Amino acid sequence: MNHLVLFIAGLLFSFGLIVSGMINPAKVIAFLDVFGNWDPSLAFVMAGAVIVNVFGFRLVTKRANPLFAEGFSIPTRSDIDRNLVVGASLFGIGWGLIGLCPGPAIAALSAAPGDAFIFVVAMLAGMIVARMMSQGRPAPLAGETSR
Amino acid sequence: MHDFLAALLGGAMIGAAAIIVMASNGRVMGVSGIVSSLLPPFGKDWLTQNGWRLSFLGGVIAAPLTYLAAFGVPPVVEMNAGLTLLIASGLFVGVGTVIGSGCTSGHGVCGLARLSGRSLAATLIFMTTAIATVLIMRILGLGGLS
Repeated sequence: MNHLVLFIAGLLFSFGLIVSGMINPAKVIAFLDVFGNWDPSLAFVMAGAVIVNVFGFRLVTKRANPLFAEGFSIPTRSDIDRNLVVGASLFGIGWGLIGLCPGPAIAALSAAPGDAFIFVVAMLAGMIVARMMSQGRPAPLAGETSR
Repeated sequence: MHDFLAALLGGAMIGAAAIIVMASNGRVMGVSGIVSSLLPPFGKDWLTQNGWRLSFLGGVIAAPLTYLAAFGVPPVVEMNAGLTLLIASGLFVGVGTVIGSGCTSGHGVCGLARLSGRSLAATLIFMTTAIATVLIMRILGLGGLS
């Protein structure tokens, strides 16, 4: 049952990317092209998602436990450290180069297999390298926190 | 449908998906975290820990296929990038999202909704460097800008 629910969440997320146009890198670049032919429409994606989620998050986390897990795993850190700044900067550069971020890249695997596949393989390689590098540090691994 | 309305509707669907993930598994719907948690170095009980992540990603990949089956054409995905650019951007995104603990969905959608200062900072930073990158690519005449 848990797997079915999560599969449906993935479907809904991905259809959201398709309906909004976020799955299309050309549209993302046009959104980021503030000083050129700016297409502001994708700002409404974040607006729609955040508005819905602000209310949903409050409602859901009022419950004692989630449906299929022992408790909520919500990031608690509030410090803005060097890793956050460096990581977010690098991610933005990569996003701006082509217009793909992780969600749309995974969705694009089945919509535009060739190019998306190359991007995703490079992304996975980058993730593995960064995970290896952060191993053994006192700070928590990026994989399980602060998402 | 007008672009703005479609974007708002799609965004609401993304927000709803994040609510489902939180309600069912108590987790933040951050795609970079969901993907990178599957990768080495592996933790204990890989399959038990990652089952929900695999199911979610299955849904993400299935949606464009469902779209294709329903409409006979895949959703529009246009990119004008050569091999070097694809690899470079993938590496930046992969390294950056792991070091920075999140991407557009984790920090942008979920973090902002949780009113997280860290996520607000991350979102402002990656929006800024992304906009700067597009501007520089435009000045250099690279990339797929029309």
